[in-house]
Amino acid sequence: MNLVPKRFLSGVALVALVAGACSSTATTAPTQAAVTTAPTATPAPTAKPVTIEWWHIGTTDPGKSMNAQFAADFMKLHPNVKINITILENEAFKTKLATTMQSGTVPDLFQSWGGGTLAEQAKQGMLKDITADVADIKDTVSGISGWSFEGKVYGIPNDLGIIGFWYNKDLFAKAGITTLPATWTDYLADVSKLKAAGITPLAIAGKDKWPSMHLWTYLTLRIGGGDNLAKMIASGNWNTDACTKAGQEVLKLNALNPYQAGYKSATYDNEAAAVGNGKAAMELMGQWAPTTQAADSTTKKGLGDKLGWFAFPAVDGGTGAATDGVGGGNGYAVGKNAPPEAIEFLKFMAQPAQATLINKNGVGLSPVAGTQGAITDPNLKMVADGLGKAKFVQLYLDQVTTPKVGSAINDATIALFLGASTPEKVCQAITTVASAK
Amino acid sequence: MTALTARPRGRSGLLASRLTILLFLAPALFMFVLFVLVPVAQAAHYSFYDWTGLGPLDKFVGLDNYAAALGSDTFRTAVSNNLLLVALSLLVQIPFSLGLAVLLNRRFTGRALFRLIFFLPYVISEAITGVIFRLLLQPDAVIDSGMKGVGAGGLIQDWLGDPTFVMITLFIIISWKYFGFHLIILLAGLQGIPREIEEAAFIDGAGRWQAFRYVTLPLLGPTIRVSVFLSIIGALQLFDLVFVITGGGPITMGASGATVDASGTMALDMFKTGFTNQSMGAGSAVAVLLFVFCFVVALGYQRLVLRRDVEGALTTNG
Repeated sequence: MNLVPKRFLSGVALVALVAGACSSTATTAPTQAAVTTAPTATPAPTAKPVTIEWWHIGTTDPGKSMNAQFAADFMKLHPNVKINITILENEAFKTKLATTMQSGTVPDLFQSWGGGTLAEQAKQGMLKDITADVADIKDTVSGISGWSFEGKVYGIPNDLGIIGFWYNKDLFAKAGITTLPATWTDYLADVSKLKAAGITPLAIAGKDKWPSMHLWTYLTLRIGGGDNLAKMIASGNWNTDACTKAGQEVLKLNALNPYQAGYKSATYDNEAAAVGNGKAAMELMGQWAPTTQAADSTTKKGLGDKLGWFAFPAVDGGTGAATDGVGGGNGYAVGKNAPPEAIEFLKFMAQPAQATLINKNGVGLSPVAGTQGAITDPNLKMVADGLGKAKFVQLYLDQVTTPKVGSAINDATIALFLGASTPEKVCQAITTVASAK
Repeated sequence: MTALTARPRGRSGLLASRLTILLFLAPALFMFVLFVLVPVAQAAHYSFYDWTGLGPLDKFVGLDNYAAALGSDTFRTAVSNNLLLVALSLLVQIPFSLGLAVLLNRRFTGRALFRLIFFLPYVISEAITGVIFRLLLQPDAVIDSGMKGVGAGGLIQDWLGDPTFVMITLFIIISWKYFGFHLIILLAGLQGIPREIEEAAFIDGAGRWQAFRYVTLPLLGPTIRVSVFLSIIGALQLFDLVFVITGGGPITMGASGATVDASGTMALDMFKTGFTNQSMGAGSAVAVLLFVFCFVVALGYQRLVLRRDVEGALTTNG
């Protein structure tokens, strides 16, 4: 089993995810389990009516209907429970949650990416400690530590994967690329080949910033290694060799002019559309990429079996293992006033019978053990394999840090990709924000 | 003695009428206090704390948030962007609207249709306008191919991605959205001017330009001043369009080595600091600065420029 280092930066837990679905050795000891003695047993049929407020961000099918089905099935089993579902778009969700929490009310179950934001919510007493409640499933659901803070569990993931390159097989063939790049040097050579064939090699999103931030993170991880990266996050000191060198590699990539037209103001949807419509050959993205590409493509089908996946290549001379990953996913956090039934429902969704549907429908990659066999998509299988092989998985940098530092990382790195900054300035700009206080 | 008995009666009469006024004002006053003054006071209160928006206000930082905002390149860029928009609105947008208003004040067939068309952009919500223009401005989309079609392909820029052009692009979109609004205001003003006065000027031998310059324009003064006022406040508070179209991007580097939102505005900086960065204290400080900025401008404008137009209503001895 892979170890889960826990480090602290200004009171915020920095979480490296548990990779793989194998059993975990008590990474989150249920300290002070007595704090929550909520009954976890199925309520008696005569139990009084309970309403669960559930906020999720699955605005499109099949996820939307699958979630509705989960709720319906649970309500059938527990006639006293009523689940109110609120579906919100990603950005709208974040804003609405922030305002709702200020007013003191918290939904019982809500979308959470874990990391720094969850830690802040936990610190302010907005979340319910469910450590004891999930003690029986913590060995079957990997990555729970990402939804924990100071050893206490506040939520569980329902989708976990690592980021990698999604590429268009036809366009690669057209450019004469026969073997997938194993090293960054190969990768840059392939970018040149694509460019020479008149193909846009890589799509990024200048307006939304985070897609290219992950590319920079990978370079930092490959060059300096996981421990080094974790140290930068913990200390807030990014003025390091790895950080600067990663920036220099970005400049090498920039020099090839590999990005799609209009990348400076592109949104993630523009990026996904570019790949989904076959206009750009690659994007560096998480496990949701095929779904978004399909939704944003003109045919609504995306690339289908022309879409392939490969892990981020090794960087020559770097100390990081080529199997290490940058990843994360989606989960649900439990609100402070959640009834026991809400936790029950959360665990219901983490049962293999339900969780399998996540994989089967291609909604995401369930972290529940024994569901991996249901992955039908060969690319998602590769993502799951990649996650399984990774000895170190860094949770998305803009999630693991506080929102303020995350935002600084996004801003600083996109400036580099837009050609408006230097490697040194990027490291300094992040350090200035991250080391404050 | 008569005077003495008269005074209390007068006083009670005055009191009664004051009470009536108060009674009628109370509901509006209550709403104003609850939804305007209290939030402003709250924001001012939050702005002195390092606060994420959750939990208690317990980290008092004094004026640190203000110092951080005023010292940040992004906020300064935002202020200069806002001022640029104010200047361009006054120099380009209002004169353009005025010109069109004068044209549309004439009698010709299809006049009502033109008024409708020009007013249409104002009716569309800002978010939808933003999305439409994002689509139009994509590389090789409608605007670029249109420019190529008329042989102006060489002038094509990365409209939303180039820090040099992004504000001009935004200004054109803002103008497209709001010129119809000013047009209608000015048109209403023009229609309030009796034809006879202009005719008298013509009889006295004034040319078209002279009649416009020395008769119509001065009479339109109050309307123009209101239009200018709304334009200034609108430009200072700009948020929705920028948020949807560029989100403040592209990001550049400022002199201090920090990142800068090239198309940021004060309201956008407020949102980003408060919500994206979840620093509600710092965000509140930006909000207070924006409030003070707008308040000073509005008050100054009302007292100095709109004084004659609102005589007695706001300024009794100014």
